[in-house]
Amino acid sequence: MSEYKGILVIAEQNNNVIHKVSYELLNKAKELAQSLNIPLNCLLLGNDGINAKELNYRGADTVFFMKSEIFLVAEEYLYKQNIVNFINENKPEIVLIGATNFGRSLAPRIAAALETGLTADCTNLKIDEDGHLIQIRPAFSDNILAYIKTAHYPQMATIRYKEFSEAERDLNREINIVELQPYFCNYDKTNIIKTLNDSDVNITEAEIVVATGRGIKKKEDLRMIETLAQKLGGVMGVSRALVDAGMTSSAYQVGYSGNRVKPKIYIACGISGAPQHLAGMKESELIIAINSDPSAPIFSIADYGYVGDIYEIIPNLIRDLD
Amino acid sequence: MDILVLIKEVPDMQKVKFDSEKGVVNRSSAESEINPFDMNALQTAIDLKRKYNATVTVLTMGPPSAEKSLRDAFARGCDHLVLMTDRKFGGSDTYATAKTLASGIKYLEKYDLIVCGEKSVDGDTAQVGAEVAEFLNIPHSYYVEKINNINELEVEVVVESLSSSKQVRKMKLPALIGVTKNINIPKLPTVNRKLESLEVDVKKISLDDLSEYISEIDTGFKGSPTKVSKIIIPHPLERTSQIFKDDYISFKEAIKKEIKKNNIGM
Ligand SMILES: Cc1cc2nc3c(=O)[nH]c(=O)nc-3n(C[C@H](O)[C@H](O)[C@H](O)COP(=O)(O)OP(=O)(O)OC[C@H]3O[C@@H](n4cnc5c(N)ncnc54)[C@H](O)[C@@H]3O)c2cc1C
Ligand SMILES: Nc1ncnc2c1ncn2[C@@H]1O[C@H](COP(=O)(O)O)[C@@H](O)[C@H]1O
Repeated sequence: MSEYKGILVIAEQNNNVIHKVSYELLNKAKELAQSLNIPLNCLLLGNDGINAKELNYRGADTVFFMKSEIFLVAEEYLYKQNIVNFINENKPEIVLIGATNFGRSLAPRIAAALETGLTADCTNLKIDEDGHLIQIRPAFSDNILAYIKTAHYPQMATIRYKEFSEAERDLNREINIVELQPYFCNYDKTNIIKTLNDSDVNITEAEIVVATGRGIKKKEDLRMIETLAQKLGGVMGVSRALVDAGMTSSAYQVGYSGNRVKPKIYIACGISGAPQHLAGMKESELIIAINSDPSAPIFSIADYGYVGDIYEIIPNLIRDLD
Repeated sequence: MDILVLIKEVPDMQKVKFDSEKGVVNRSSAESEINPFDMNALQTAIDLKRKYNATVTVLTMGPPSAEKSLRDAFARGCDHLVLMTDRKFGGSDTYATAKTLASGIKYLEKYDLIVCGEKSVDGDTAQVGAEVAEFLNIPHSYYVEKINNINELEVEVVVESLSSSKQVRKMKLPALIGVTKNINIPKLPTVNRKLESLEVDVKKISLDDLSEYISEIDTGFKGSPTKVSKIIIPHPLERTSQIFKDDYISFKEAIKKEIKKNNIGM
């Protein structure tokens, strides 16, 4: 028997607001903890005023809250030092981290420092008959699904955002928060001199994405896509081709090297459906494709398709959809 | 200034075949090439070389055939080529790969900035860079979309959307950066460099060379904490497609119904 026990979810916060991926991790972790009959704990690095209780409501038995203003800046080294020390003291058998940009930058440093393995970007987790964690993840540009086990402790994985639903909120759950001081507060090799407000676009949270690609002839014509998106209460997305052509910023890009989106409705207008594009949107609940080429691969994953010219159809949809 | 670029040779993803019966990747089904994301890492280094008169060394760990990708990197404008190759490196997961690469980097000694790609299209983990940084105990930044400036002491970079905001960061050198595809557009090699690349020396490093830094149990399959127990080729999501042509009215009505059903927007 190993001395490692329990599941640890590392919660993420941005500007002292807990990121939703933390609740999704708690949801999956609760299921794993029940089947192993072990405690589920949560480590939160944040500052005064953060709603740490919420993590109890969402299923954490104990919330370890490491409180300091240094955590208001996302910097990997200080986070890593503090988390590694916590893990070495508390010895969880499973550590889960959200595969957000920050999580993906931070987790490998933690795993390397702990001399253990790390499975990136998992889409599912299971427990095998010996009580080990099976980490399931797409690899080879989403072409295969690999089942991975870790021979060392802790078993560590990052989990994709929006892969699991959020844990339900149960206000009857006991509040159990242990406040901690950070172990390390200074790192002089990285200096974050400015944080810039991100572009206001956040296409990953949208319920409708109206996306376009090389079917658009010039930059001004993007307005037609934006108009339709706005009309439907959604946002615009684009294929990489338009980012490469300098027509718009990468914040709008959907795909393997851009944003992964999972809206309720995805409308692809003048997008061929290259594998790298599909990798970012194929899990949308409903896919609608408009393309002048009936053999465009996008049609094979679409629920509804229209073979036609977007310059005709989009203005008609703008007129008719209300 | 010495810049080190980490590149990986990968199969061409447009052509590679997957054997769904055996659950394996058929590596002979496609030619290998430089990982597309590493093209941007190479271009980053080449641009710095032009601007700051730096020396660019390209390092890869892989089978002997990976020499081809190194020569391609030379043709694009890099100076020195290093191949870490040894049967004992085979079967490395990200942890063992990063540990082995870090040992090779210690062995090479000279580096100020290490540049890697955002991720490899086969491993697809985006972990190797940050793990290398941890093993070397140097700072790192991922998702770098711009290098503002660099001198002997530090580098200033713009980091794309970390924790819902962009950051401008200064890191003391030596440091490691992972760049995104948005940092530049890779240029093609010139004919002259291409010809030269056929003759240029490739330095080889094997496990024996690294005895000071790593032992056999820390590399390859044996040194890998994660093990793949099974591979599945997923079936594409089944969708019952309804494709309209010429019948705009029915198409529009179908969409309208879905929007109403989902009770969103408007
Ligand atoms: C490492 C790597 C990462 C990548 N990452 C991404 C990524 O994240 N996202 C991404 O999107 N791509 C990505 N790509 C690029 C991808 O391979 C494709 O090149 C790209 O998605 C093609 O964009 P597109 O569909 O807009 O253009 P095209 O493939 O040129 O398709 C345009 C489509 O528009 C249709 N069309 C033209 N005119 C009209 C009209 N008037 N009306 C209706 N239809 C019309 C055409 O029939 C065609 O199907 C990546 C590639 C690599 C190698
Ligand atoms: N075998 C390797 N040799 C050299 N560099 C590598 C190797 N594997 C990965 N890298 C680097 O690490 C980055 C991330 O790779 P990965 O973690 O596999 O997604 C790549 O873009 C490369 O820059």
